[in-house]
Amino acid sequence: MATPKSGAAAALALGLLAATACGGGPGGSGDDSMHVWMYQDSLVVVQEAAVERFNQDSEVDAVIDQVPGDSYQDKVRTVMKSRNRPDVFFNWGGGSIRPYVDADLLMPLDDLMDGDPEFAESFIPSVLDAGKIDGVQYGIPLRGTQPVLVFYNKDVFADAAAEPPETWEDVLELVDTFSDEGITPFALGGADTWTEQMWLQYLVDRIGGPEVFQRIQEGDAEGWRDPAVLKAAETVEDLVDRGAFGKNFASVSFTEGAASALLSEGKAAMHLMGSWEYSTHLDQAPEFAKDSLGYAAFPPMPEGEGDPANVVGNPTNYFSVTSDSAHTDAAAEFLKETSTDAYVKDMVENGEVPTTTDAEDALDDAPTPDFAAFQYEMVRDAPNFQLSWDQALPPETATPMADEIGKLFNGQSTPEQFVDALAELR
Amino acid sequence: MSSAALRTGGAPARGAARRAGPGVGRPGALWVLPGLVFFCLFAVLPLGLVAYLSFTSWDGLGTPRFVGGQNWSRLAGDGLMHQAVGLSAGLTAANWAVQTPISLLLGVWAAGRQRNRAVLAAVFFVPLLLSSAAIAIIWKSLLDPNFGPLAQIGPWLGLSDAGVLGGAGSAFLVIVLVTAWQFIPFHMLLYQSGARQIPESLYQAARIDGAGTLRSFRHITLPQLRHTVTMSSVLMVVGSLTYFETVLILTGGGPGTATTIVPYLMYRSGFVGWEMGYSAAIAATLVIAATAVSLVMVRLTGFGAMRSTREGM
Repeated sequence: MATPKSGAAAALALGLLAATACGGGPGGSGDDSMHVWMYQDSLVVVQEAAVERFNQDSEVDAVIDQVPGDSYQDKVRTVMKSRNRPDVFFNWGGGSIRPYVDADLLMPLDDLMDGDPEFAESFIPSVLDAGKIDGVQYGIPLRGTQPVLVFYNKDVFADAAAEPPETWEDVLELVDTFSDEGITPFALGGADTWTEQMWLQYLVDRIGGPEVFQRIQEGDAEGWRDPAVLKAAETVEDLVDRGAFGKNFASVSFTEGAASALLSEGKAAMHLMGSWEYSTHLDQAPEFAKDSLGYAAFPPMPEGEGDPANVVGNPTNYFSVTSDSAHTDAAAEFLKETSTDAYVKDMVENGEVPTTTDAEDALDDAPTPDFAAFQYEMVRDAPNFQLSWDQALPPETATPMADEIGKLFNGQSTPEQFVDALAELR
Repeated sequence: MSSAALRTGGAPARGAARRAGPGVGRPGALWVLPGLVFFCLFAVLPLGLVAYLSFTSWDGLGTPRFVGGQNWSRLAGDGLMHQAVGLSAGLTAANWAVQTPISLLLGVWAAGRQRNRAVLAAVFFVPLLLSSAAIAIIWKSLLDPNFGPLAQIGPWLGLSDAGVLGGAGSAFLVIVLVTAWQFIPFHMLLYQSGARQIPESLYQAARIDGAGTLRSFRHITLPQLRHTVTMSSVLMVVGSLTYFETVLILTGGGPGTATTIVPYLMYRSGFVGWEMGYSAAIAATLVIAATAVSLVMVRLTGFGAMRSTREGM
């Protein structure tokens, strides 16, 4: 009785694979339409409108398949080798599509760009570059830009007669001020390690500049031994010890909305998060988003080498086309939708900040034009826009890295152990 | 028998064959076939594939590349795997130690025919009707440190910050308790039916000899339930070794890697890190360990040598 049971459980690995592959995604290319996979969230309305416009003039019918966010990347990875693979799909560029490029599953888009220079020039170059793998274009920007910002609760700041931080000393002072008042200085959704990773991304960039991580990203694990990484890890340890994140951050979840609720309910004063935090609040606590939500750039570090204008986060999301899609021509046409005025207008109206060069004028129509302009200028003027580490690195490295980040924040490893463990990753 | 068939004359051949005693007229191999095919397709074949994959490097996209014992030597030296083995062993032991006494006592108690016991037993049974995922999600929101009920109750219990899922020890404890809450009803059911099989005459005889409730429990109920204990324990142990959903949803293996048990590590390296070969090596280890443990348990307790199927209950 025990043997088949345990055998079946162990076969889970393969069983799951087979089941998801056969079960297929929401789409399946059994029909003649062109399937476009989207990460499911409230912003998909923009792509749905684009599909509608596209279908009016096209012989090929495009269909949007929304895949629930949590399992999006697993799902894409699992169907990529099956007949059910999408024709066009949403991704993060960088490491998120490198395995597919290595396996020749994606169509290079250089011809498309060369054939239509006007289209190629319609995007901010640094953002377009992040859609390249080894110099070849594989991704076309499809979303607004998502820099990571310091969000703060204006009411809580007013009660404490505090100002948003402009230097690192300000940060440490604010931590003490708010701790004394029983308010968590920084909300942190530590149940998901990528929220903790944002802190390290900015700290390493501000302390040592973007070169530090770029070396790691190029596959040199010894790059983790750069003094800037150790310094950043020590800073994290210091912040945790000072109670900058409160005591129970390890069980606070961002994806379930707890971290953002801490900020909007005034239980926390600040929150380091991607710009989508704004839309989260617009959806969950609209009054707060309109009246009391403040935002600022991450402050410089004392004696840091990194340019304080640098930004980390997700430059944007990208569309890629699978190489043996039956609709490669239609897919290329569809990608051009992403730079049309109608598309940009839809994005702006939904609170996104487009990455097209002519977006600035459109930003006046944003629900919160100030915030949109702030982000747009921040990204446009940034000398470097570092893609989130877990998206930039291949999954077999990013997964153990996430574990190590969690251990550092939870005090289960020291900054030295953290650096050693990361340098061991291959 | 055959004469009986002759006498009824028109009896259908199949009916006659069935009455002809065991082994006669049954196409043995053919009857076994559906079960055998099913078992091979869903147990033997995947197991063989897992064994094969464990000697390859495969990211789920290209073709698996043979790398010899590389995954296995890496497994032997992987600190995270060592920790996971320790955690899995600890979880298994803790699950057994918590669940066995409680389900034994509850099951024996619920075996009584009183109406109140029947009602309460039905109530205890409820968690078994929920899926593991639902249970984990419910408990996760109950234990939310800022917005769950625990945030209100916590200070009364001396938990100042109520972050029970954020501490290494407390997160482990939560998993043990949630698992117990979920599975005690099932084992209680085993013990209840087991206890109802014990002949009433044994108790009557003991009572005549002056044995009290405790003595009867110790000398009649427990020995009579020994095979039930074995069965329940094997299920618990093998279940704990391969248990996974609660950890995935409730703690995600965290804080840090403090609750990363072996099955979760297998999932994570396979379906998050996309190292299918390495993941298969972990899976194979798990199969071997779970099989070995259950074989040893069955052998040691003499479960395999029982004389009647009723003893197993």
